[in-house]
This record gives sequence, structure tokens and C-alpha cells, in this order.
Amino acid sequence: MNAPAYNFAYLDEQTKRMIRRAILKAVAIPGYQVPFASREMPMPYGWGTGGVQVTAAILGPDDVLKVIDQGSDDTTNAISIRKFFAKTAGVATTTATTEATVIQTRHRIPEAPLHAGQVLVYQVPIPEPLRFLEPRETETRRMHALAEYGLMHVKLYEDIARFGHIATSYAYPVKVNARYVMDPSPTPKFDNPKMGNCPALQLFGAGREKRIYAIPPHTTVVSLDFEDHPFTPYRFDAPCALCGAGDAYLDEIVTDDNGSRMFVCSDTDYCESRQAAGHRGSESAAPHKERAHG
Amino acid sequence: MYVAVKGGERAIENAHRLMAHERRGDRDVPEVSLAQISEQLALAVDRVMSEGSLYDRELAALAVKQARGDLIEAIFLVRAFRATLPRFGASEPVDTGRMRVARRISSTFKDIPGGQILGPTFDYTHRLLDPQLGEGFLPEQPARSEAADAATPRVTDILGRDGLIEPSPQQDADTPVGDLTREPLNFPAERDLRLQNLARADEGFLLAMGYSTQRGYGRNHPFAGEIRFGEVEVEFFAEDAGFAVPLGAIALTECQMVNQFKGSATEPPCFTRGYGLAFGQSERKTMSMALVDRSLRARELGEEVLAPAQDEEFVMSHSDNVQATGFVEHLKLPHYVDFQSELGLLRKLRKEFAESADRAEPLQEAAE
Amino acid sequence: MADVQRETQCDQPLLVAEGLSKSYGRLAACRDVSFTLYPGEVLAIVGESGSGKTTLLQMLSAQLASSAGHVSYRMRDGVLRDLNSLGEAERRFLFRTDWGYVRQDPAQGLRMAFSAGANVGERLMAVGWSHYGRIRDAASSWLERVEIDTARIDDAPRTYSGGMRQRLQIARNLVTEPRLVFMDEPTGGLDVSVQARLLDLMRNLVSELGLAAIVVTHDLAVARLLSHRVMVMKGGEVIETGLTDQVLDDPHEPYTQLLVSSILPP
Repeated sequence: MNAPAYNFAYLDEQTKRMIRRAILKAVAIPGYQVPFASREMPMPYGWGTGGVQVTAAILGPDDVLKVIDQGSDDTTNAISIRKFFAKTAGVATTTATTEATVIQTRHRIPEAPLHAGQVLVYQVPIPEPLRFLEPRETETRRMHALAEYGLMHVKLYEDIARFGHIATSYAYPVKVNARYVMDPSPTPKFDNPKMGNCPALQLFGAGREKRIYAIPPHTTVVSLDFEDHPFTPYRFDAPCALCGAGDAYLDEIVTDDNGSRMFVCSDTDYCESRQAAGHRGSESAAPHKERAHG
Repeated sequence: MYVAVKGGERAIENAHRLMAHERRGDRDVPEVSLAQISEQLALAVDRVMSEGSLYDRELAALAVKQARGDLIEAIFLVRAFRATLPRFGASEPVDTGRMRVARRISSTFKDIPGGQILGPTFDYTHRLLDPQLGEGFLPEQPARSEAADAATPRVTDILGRDGLIEPSPQQDADTPVGDLTREPLNFPAERDLRLQNLARADEGFLLAMGYSTQRGYGRNHPFAGEIRFGEVEVEFFAEDAGFAVPLGAIALTECQMVNQFKGSATEPPCFTRGYGLAFGQSERKTMSMALVDRSLRARELGEEVLAPAQDEEFVMSHSDNVQATGFVEHLKLPHYVDFQSELGLLRKLRKEFAESADRAEPLQEAAE
Repeated sequence: MADVQRETQCDQPLLVAEGLSKSYGRLAACRDVSFTLYPGEVLAIVGESGSGKTTLLQMLSAQLASSAGHVSYRMRDGVLRDLNSLGEAERRFLFRTDWGYVRQDPAQGLRMAFSAGANVGERLMAVGWSHYGRIRDAASSWLERVEIDTARIDDAPRTYSGGMRQRLQIARNLVTEPRLVFMDEPTGGLDVSVQARLLDLMRNLVSELGLAAIVVTHDLAVARLLSHRVMVMKGGEVIETGLTDQVLDDPHEPYTQLLVSSILPP
């Protein structure tokens, strides 16, 4: 049997070149979905293969990689992907947002502001913002090409007519560089404002759907809305119970059978950094006590 | 007192170790060998090779073992391995007309040159569970004799000689054959990409789609023109040698369906075709593939596209079981951040609903 | 100023068809049709099924490529353009703004799962309207104009009767104030009393808005009520054409006479 030998970061150079070409095209046309020949990866489609391929194509030996899922470095899939790159690329990894050069993320944008030179790689399940309104790829391609986004606004109108608000709480569609309507991936709408005029490069990889798109640094990103129903980011009622942050996205933790709940920062690095700096919430104990499960 | 849960990495490692233990099962039971899987579970290996798009019995058997018998998981393993292999080029088109047939049947004619050869098949067996197979049963050796050197021309070629069936649709000889594994799929797709997609497609999905056409969802009146199974030579054109070099033989199953005839203002009517091809002995797969291939040709044959099996985008976007299972099973990944957003929205809407319930209006009349 | 412009526009043809033909193999669905349509003019194309009238309508509205002949349309900037020379973007834009297309089955011309307000507002949103309140008000006023109870603005047309759906389809098409509306059997499939009410509405709207329209119908009563001119088709060809009242009161061709004589008395 032939034992396979793997290249740096798993992908062969030709594949990396193909992906980088797609990335360059994506950066040149902000928000436009560039088709690419997604490879079969050792993790299943739908589990981050797009993000992994983008990261593998741009990673260099001196990069410092952070991988988060739901904002946390310690969730199962983030661990699995981080281990994958540690094994196939041998790059340094970190949980500190400010120290990373490449951050691969699923469903959250880190709370700590990103700086120039960083790359944020998003894992995207369904890249097409119009997909659930128009299932045909041939038709949505045409709509993007002709900037025919009336249908998108019809959906928003309908939400307001039915619920009084736009009823999209995550994967909230945005207009990039005043031209293409884009799906920011299933990040909560809370995170949308972070995408606009961001100093870092934002890359989006959809492996199963075979699309890559990008927001270059300092690009306008506007969440779709109506003049009289402007986009309002989601607000929580209380600060983080552990570190007291009032401006972060919070996870709801059910703490007992009676339905008691507690709200804690979803971004674990942000929360721990704040606690290390002395900030406290109403429920915090010593910040770094660990309790392992399973 | 809430404490953040950590230790996910250790949990994963333990889970994998436990799985490896479960995979081995009762250690008093002998371990299954790759040779046993390849020999005695041959059809599972055939399927994994076909849908994994890689002809290697030993690797496919390993994948079946590693996947604990879950064939889609095995196919995934083979595909992931295939993606790492260097590529030398494409073989010469395989000539199934020169196949060393082990089985060859046609339902369109009672008898054909070369004969109807039943070969090894479950067909006409009585599906009665046989406990004899449970306890070291040794079947008797089949009788042997010299193989008749009769030619086995393709039934579709026989029909084609009289112009009764459309010629096999040819693409421009200079157009390179598309490769789904190297380029992203774009619609509308030409037949080369369609056939590739179908060759890799999930057998169950194609079976259901083919079945639907027979039940009226885009009926195309199929007859099994020919199904043949056997070995064919694979040849590769070596630049240095200047001629095609034989690489070896592989086992293939080929199905040619003869379908609804069709003519036009300028052409006399003739039968149309559907084609299926798979590694190993995979009749269900090739027959279903041929039915769906014909169905997807609706557009080029000027037929109305009404049924799911005729809908190119629908069939080709959902035929890949590795993609499908990836996305279906990804629902197991944490989604609590988005769920949190939905909870927030829902609570808000419920609150507003309760507040406006007092101001409820009488039911509106439904009629004009 | 606008009046002068409108007057001069009225002198110039809005749509010109020349030698339009469509054949499928040896079958000629439509043969050598030519006519000129002026702003504010309503032309009825009448014939029985198989006469080629729907094929003609599809070619005139750029939904079907002709086998021979041209269709030219005068754009809002006054320039007469051959429809074949329009890019796809231009054609789609035309279809959503300057043209309307009312289908026989309103379910084909509406988004059945979206509310009436969304249906009417869609074209406005497609051309950039971004104020929910104003979109809703515009939709509401159009519902009123087509005599749909505005309280039903949030209901989906799934809950509407056939006549209401058709009126909604009309509103959806007229909201961008098109200059030309194509109608394919707009009253087909509706009860007689509902038809009458709908035709009345259409006649009023067409005249209020100064719309030009091309109405395909097998029903001479519809032609009589709505159109200034009529073209009678049989076997893919135009066999008689002229002012509606003249043709229907004094048909020259035997086929036309047959059609006229077979109108059931009211």
C-alpha cells in the first residue's frame, strides 16, 4: 500500500495556487462569490472544509493561527481544526486574538478589534444570500450580475409586515462596497457592524458549495434595511456574569433544572482577558479554574 | 457556581479511542481481514470504489473496515485519499465492446450474437435466508470449460447499424473532457460532467430518481438494451513510447438503456439512449444511472422539464452523498450562538404578541 | 413642458412589429405579422386556440425569439430600439418598469406565498425604493385603485379569490407606471360577472393612465370593451385588421364573420 505524504498544510501546491487565484479574484470584486474547485478534505463537507482550504492556501510557516467556533477556542470542531493545522503545518497556534495572524472562525467575529495584517477566515455553509428565496443557482447568478436585489427587499418587507421587524437574527444580508449583496455566514447580526471598514482582510470559504468571497480591508459593508426600519444590532439585557462586559455577545447557560440562566461572553479569549485584567461580573469565581468533562 | 467547561481536546481523544475499541468489538472474535472483505463482501467494496472514484480493492476494503461497515463513511475515506494523489493524465477511452464478459444480458431481444450469459447474479434466487451460510459453508466448485471465442457486439451497435437508435452523443473531439474534481460545477452542465456526477452519485439517490421516472415523473419508456459485466483493459498513451501502453484490467459494469423514440422536422424518429457505468459488479447503480442520464437529457432532446429527475440542478446538486452527509450531519456541530439570536428574537416577538393581544381585531372575511 | 413632450411622443409609434414569424420545424406558428402601436392605444389580437396569438404576444414581449422579422420599442428616452439589440440587463429592466405582463393564470404572475403588499411593492423595491412606509402606502393606494380592500394588504394571494388575484396582478404590473401592458387572456377562467367588473376596471385604468396595451383574447366581447383596434388571427396569420367597432360590426372575412356570429347574446 502507498502511504500518502502530505504537503505543508495538507494541500498540494497546485491546489493552493488555484485557491489563491480564487481569493485574489474575490478580493478584487468585494462580496462577489468566486467559484472554486473545492477539494475533498479529511473532514466532512459542512464542517469547515471551505475555511480550512482558504487557511491552508494562505498559511505560511511564520503565521500564528487561532481557531474558534461559537467564539470559543475550546469547542470540539475548533479543537479538531487547530490540531489538523498543528499536525500538517506545524504552525504556532494561539487563543489570543491580538497575537494571531490568521483567525479561522465559525459563527462569530472576535470581540477584540482586529488590526491590519490579520486575516479573518470565515466558515460558510450557504454562501448565497438569495438561496432560500430562489433555489436555482442559474437564476441567482443572473440576479447578482444584474444587481437585481428586489427579491431580497421583498423578504425584509414581508418580515416587517408580519412581525413588525426584520426577522433575521443571524446571517443577516449585507451590501458590500455598494455593489454585491452578501451573506456574512451565520454570524449573529450583532457582529455585522464589525465587518465594515475593518483593518483586517476578511475571507469567506464555502467548501461544499464551492465558493470563496472576500471583504478587503476598509470596505463599506451595509446591513440591508429600510430608511424607516434601520438595522439595529441586537442588545443583551445584562452584562457578562463573569467579566462584566456590556458590549459583548453572550451565551445563555442553563444552570439548573428550575430554568435558572446565566449569560456569559461567547468569546472565551475576550472574557478571560478581561478577567485577567481585573474586570468582574456578578457570578465570577477565580477565572482559570478548569473542570474537564468526558 | 458556574465554571466554564474546558478539556474538549481530551474529550475528543477519548472519544476516538473508545470508537477504535468499539470498532474491534469482542476481542475473542477473530479480526476481519482486508482479503476477507474484498473477497466475501465484494459488492460493498465495488460500491466504495465506484462512489469513491478510485479503483483499488485493497484500499476500498481497508476503508470499509475502518468505517465499521458504514459505506458512505468508507467512500469519504477513499475520496479524501484520492484528493492527495498526483495526477498523470487521462486514460484512453475504455472499449467495453472488447470486454471479457462474465455476465451479459439484453431484454430487448430474445437472443443476440454472443448469447445471453447470466453469469453470477442474485437474479431469480429465492430470497430465503440461508442459515447454511452462517457455519463455514463451502459451495461446490463450478464446472469449467473452454470459453467460446464468440464476439459480443453491443446491442446498441446492432440497433445503430440500421439507424434505429441515435448515435452516442459525441462531444467535439478537441474539447477537453471536464473534470468535476478539478473545476467547480456550473449550470447548465454538459453531458460529460453530468455522467461524472452520476458515476460518483449515491446509489440510493439515483435508484429513487430512476424509480420515479418509471412511475411517471418524467417517463421515458426504458428498455434494458444491454447490461454487461466483466474486465476491460485500461490503456494510457505514453508520450515517450508514442503508443498506448496497457496498465492493467479493471472490472466494470455497463448498462445501455434504450428509451423513448424521438424525431424532429428534419430527422426520422429513432430510439434514444441512457448510459450507466460503474466499477465492479454494480447493476442497480448502472441501471439507475442510465435512467437518470436519459432523464437529464430532456433539455437537449427538447422535452419539457417537469419532473425532479429531469431537473439538472436538483439532481446534480444533491447526488453526492459525501457532501450530503457532511451537511446533514453538520447539524451536530454547536449552533448555540445562532440559536441564541433566534431565542432573543422569538422572546421579543412573543412579548409584542402578548401586548397586542388585547388590541385583537375581529376576524376578516375571507370571501371577496 | 411635460405635456408638449407627451404630445410629440404620441405622434411617434411606441411599438413596431415588422414581418414577425415563428416556425417550429415545418410548423409555422406565426407568419409575417406587421403592425404599429401608438401610445395610449389598445390593440386586441383575437383568434381561437392554435391561431398563433400567444406565440405572437411572446415575441412582441421579447420572451420568445422570432424566426424572422423585428420588434422595435420606443424607450423612455425617445429612441426606437430593436428588441434583439437590447442586452439581457436592459430587457429585464424594461420588463420590470416600462412594461407590464398580465398572465391568464394570476398565480403565474404573482408571488403566491408573499403578501399582497409585497407583491405590489416588489417592483418599487427593485428600482430602489427604500422606505418601508412609503412602499406600503404606494401598495395600499394601488390596492384601492384595483378595488381590493386595503385591509387585506398583508394577506397572501393564496387567500384571494380568482378575480381578486387578477386585480392584484394588474396592480403589481402597473405600480411602476408602465407605458405598455401585454395581457394574455386576462379574464379567462373567471365567472362572467367577475369578468365584467374586471373589464370595467381595466378600461378605466388604461384610459386614466394613458396606457398602451396589447390584449390577446379569444373573446370578442373583451376586444369590444377594451380595444381601439383589433387583429384577427387564424392559422398563424392576420386575416383581418381594423378599428374594433368597424371589424366587429361589419366583418369582411368569412372567418371573422363566423367568430362574430358565434358570440352568445348577453
